[in-house]
Amino acid sequence: MSEQVPVGQPPDWEPRIVAFFCNWCTYTASDLAGVSRMTYAPNTRVIRVMCSGRIDPQFVLMALRQGADGVLIGGCHPGDCHYQEGNYKCLRRFAMLKHYLAAMGIDDPRVRLEWIAASEGDKVQRVTNDMVQRIKQLGPLKLEPVCQPGCRAMAGDQPSVGNRAVAADI
Amino acid sequence: MRFLYYPGCSLKSSGRAYEESLLAVFARLQFPLEELPEWNCCGATAYMGIDEKKAFVLAARNLALAEQHGDGQPVHLVAPCAACYLVLLKTQKYMVEYKPIGRAISDALKSVGLKYRGQVKIRHPLDVLIKEVGLERIRAAVSRPLEGMKIACYYGCQVVRPFAEFDDPHDPMSMDDLLRACGAETVDWPCKVRCCGAMLTGTVEEVGQRRSYMILHEAMRRGVDAVATACPLCQFNLECFQGPMSRRYRDQVEMSVAYFTQIVGKAMGLDERTLGMHRLFIPLRQPPALLGTSHDC
Amino acid sequence: MSQSPACPRIGVYVCHCGMNIAKQVAVEAVTEFAARLPGVAVARHYKFMCSDPGQELIQQDIKESGLERVVVASCSPLLHEATFRKACAAGGLNPFCFQMANIREQVAWVTADKGRATSKAKALIAAAVERVSRAQPLERKRLAVGDKVVIVGGGIAGIHAALTIADAGKKVYLVEREPTIGGHMAKFDKTFPTLDCAACILTPKMSSVKNHPNIELMSYSEVEKVEGFAGNFKITIQKKPRYVHEELCVGCGECVDACVFPKAKFPSEFDEGLALRKPVYMPFPQATPAVVVIDPNTCLQLTKGKCKQKCVEACQRGAIDLKQEPEQVEVEAAAVIVATGFKTFDPRGLPQYGYGRYGNVYTSLEVERMVNASGPTGGEVVLKDGAKPRSVAIIHCVGSRDKKTHPWCSRVCCMYSLKLAHLVKERSGADVFSFYIDMRTPGKGYEEFYDRLLEEGVHFIRGRVSHITDWAMTKAEEGKLVVSAEDSLIGVTRRIPVDMVILSVGLEPQPDAQEVRKKFNISCSQEGWFLERHPKLAPVATFTDGVWIAGACQGPKDIPDTVAQAGAAASEALALIDKGYVEIEPNTAEVDPEACSGCKTCLGMCPYHAIRRDEEKGVAVVNEALCKGCGTCVAACPSGAISQHMFTDDEIYQELEGILSYV
Repeated sequence: MSEQVPVGQPPDWEPRIVAFFCNWCTYTASDLAGVSRMTYAPNTRVIRVMCSGRIDPQFVLMALRQGADGVLIGGCHPGDCHYQEGNYKCLRRFAMLKHYLAAMGIDDPRVRLEWIAASEGDKVQRVTNDMVQRIKQLGPLKLEPVCQPGCRAMAGDQPSVGNRAVAADI
Repeated sequence: MRFLYYPGCSLKSSGRAYEESLLAVFARLQFPLEELPEWNCCGATAYMGIDEKKAFVLAARNLALAEQHGDGQPVHLVAPCAACYLVLLKTQKYMVEYKPIGRAISDALKSVGLKYRGQVKIRHPLDVLIKEVGLERIRAAVSRPLEGMKIACYYGCQVVRPFAEFDDPHDPMSMDDLLRACGAETVDWPCKVRCCGAMLTGTVEEVGQRRSYMILHEAMRRGVDAVATACPLCQFNLECFQGPMSRRYRDQVEMSVAYFTQIVGKAMGLDERTLGMHRLFIPLRQPPALLGTSHDC
Repeated sequence: MSQSPACPRIGVYVCHCGMNIAKQVAVEAVTEFAARLPGVAVARHYKFMCSDPGQELIQQDIKESGLERVVVASCSPLLHEATFRKACAAGGLNPFCFQMANIREQVAWVTADKGRATSKAKALIAAAVERVSRAQPLERKRLAVGDKVVIVGGGIAGIHAALTIADAGKKVYLVEREPTIGGHMAKFDKTFPTLDCAACILTPKMSSVKNHPNIELMSYSEVEKVEGFAGNFKITIQKKPRYVHEELCVGCGECVDACVFPKAKFPSEFDEGLALRKPVYMPFPQATPAVVVIDPNTCLQLTKGKCKQKCVEACQRGAIDLKQEPEQVEVEAAAVIVATGFKTFDPRGLPQYGYGRYGNVYTSLEVERMVNASGPTGGEVVLKDGAKPRSVAIIHCVGSRDKKTHPWCSRVCCMYSLKLAHLVKERSGADVFSFYIDMRTPGKGYEEFYDRLLEEGVHFIRGRVSHITDWAMTKAEEGKLVVSAEDSLIGVTRRIPVDMVILSVGLEPQPDAQEVRKKFNISCSQEGWFLERHPKLAPVATFTDGVWIAGACQGPKDIPDTVAQAGAAASEALALIDKGYVEIEPNTAEVDPEACSGCKTCLGMCPYHAIRRDEEKGVAVVNEALCKGCGTCVAACPSGAISQHMFTDDEIYQELEGILSYV
């Protein structure tokens, strides 16, 4: 498959993907991928949570709003949750979230849930590469920076979609 | 799901009995096989040895045609000849695993307006009979069980390896299961997947014949009535050189070698001519109890 | 950006990890970048942050520069978070005012491009800096621990661990699912490389287990359920009915003689099917406990409901009870040691080797029984027809080092094959042909043992056997099993006719390893072996605190290694008990009663029943002692009233912003 750059997209554009990984399975798998020196696309940035059940759908929405082009959620396989059933809770919320994302017009491949066990370092590699590839085909996620009353960005800083410079650069 | 039939050159020439009996058996099982229109050589053996790329392209053209014929539906391509079966499987696998080969094939196909997406499933009739038709349906279709008939199932080297996945590569059982469902007894013997000599019979005659002789000798030693084959070249090698073999090895070699489809057809009570029995040089040996019962007409 | 008074002073430390990180990530550039992030007062890079000087750097800066938060960008927090938290604490900072950025496992080791690795590292550090600015000082809670240990599996690992702990004065429950302890080792005749008799070294330990006042042996039992956490497990054990009252039976065997089956009829599990037993039987003479067992699958009374029950009559102590029911026992334990062992590979999966087809093809375990003086043949090596073999082939790596079966090396097969070669030669005088791929003899005295076998005249052929057949090609091969292999040292295919073939089967995980793993909340490697916390530094610990693993359930290993692991697991369990408490990670959930509407959504979320509703105040309350810190309730709370310490919404949003706002 050739990697065609969609119209209007800068050729060197690289998607940014926020990954929420559970501590016990997927984060460990991600470490295992490292220990096994499996190289993969560096587009994901992992946020570690104790359980995929901790992942509030709002985290996903906020990530997209803040400029992520995709969000990957990783949890233990069904039946393997360190906390018995947090991953099922995650799955339920994910189904609901998908509904909402579809209504918002966000392409399906941008938000993905994967069960990755502690031993599946290769799956971290596979899933990451696959997701980056798919999102590259979709191009950057361009959300209108709408600010509703009460949203976090209103309450605190400016809606800082993606371009905050470090002190000396300003 | 559509099942297309890819005969290849042998089933239209030296292996006509295989085609005749195969189609008759599938018709009896009400499992229609439709011949792939405009098929060409599969690219096997010599072709593959001399120009691999051209061989792949030949095979891929057949696959592309089959896919096109499916109109978006899943297509199964049934290849009874072991060599065709192997080359088609090999092409399918190499196209995916080796990018340059895949590209070369795609480019060649493109020049004649074809495209192959890799959606065709390549099947051997043994695989289809066991997995799709099922032994239950076959048992139900058996009208004259082959009681007392002892058969050595000979799969040859290409049907179950290296790419096939429907049976064990060392100790295949699908043909044994099938013929047992027809009432025959099959023997456990060590030559199921040994080489028959293949092309060597025509080039380095002594080596080729020796391979065939070893197999036939073992079959005779096990006291079977017939060897059942699933490949036109195996059938040819094993059956046609028994005279020269007898002289060369000072051993009386005499053994019926029939296609497994002919034997299955017999159990279903199909007529001798329909099954191409008249094309065998050595008539199928049957226990006395079965003799004379298969002529319906 | 100016330093706002609310923003704490942050120190950032970027680790080179020798060249591990520095090779792929431009550490200087990253440090420079970090120095300019909001709130960062100090940013340094150092060769090994985890070393003493590295940690001192942090401590010094906390004191001298008044750091209030610390970020270390190095390896995975799963490896060194504890180290750096301690360093912070030593410097006088609350250890939870610390955040790690994983730039080794998740950046340097997995990114091919240097430039992109550097930007990813920057993003992760920015995230950690943003997050740590919102971190709150927290205190760890201490919980008292019990002083009992449950050990699962009564092979040599479980036995050794049990004795170690019991000798230290702590109570042990040793749970074994078979009717007797002893495991695989009890079946062996000799052990390599010393050739000392397995029974002589094992059976004294078995009887010590039985007689030890601190060990409660629960044979023919299985762990049903595990609840609780390190220091305070509650474990439900099911005792399967053996149809014999263990405390009454003295193992006299009268019942066995009296059984209505005049002759032993069923394959003996202990003798690998080479000998027969009756439905009522003692697995082997030294079985521990020395108590008979009745097999419910073959006993006439238990299968058909019709038998004269001669066994019941014969037992003068009235020990036999054919109406026995399974019994559940609940025990408390501070620690658990899982030592469930292995299973040998079933060679029927490789039909080319003819196991099950040719009578004289044996597995190595069957031959172990055969060469055992108390085994089915009294130690004689014999063929199916009773004759002595004149030639024997031993095939190494059956079910090992093979992508079609198991890719791993089973580690013990070369050595036990050598041992069997010696014993077979000694007992039968047969010519022995040993087919190996590589001879792997790493161990004390192992290579010397191989040398000895070479001297003894065993024929070693380097080559993987392609097949074993009775297909004779020559007169010499008539009536023999022909082993066909390429002798890769001389580059020739050889056919060697022999009378007997021994398949040196590899080791594989127990068939129910996955279920056991789930029960104890531990992980398995891809191959199905139980996963250790760290392959080098924590080889017997698991990711679940308070649960240790020992022996071949963690991976193939021989007896010395198994015993070493069992000792290690035992001492780690003892360390936990002697410490007397466990510290609970303060990542528990807390409800803000002002914001809680009392809707009870969270109650159903908690798998530990840690949340209840205070009916008086109409709000939810979290019981900190029960909360395990998964955070599921936090994500579910519709009014945002629940927060999880260490993982507050604020911290996560801040981390997100850090990830996405700079790079």
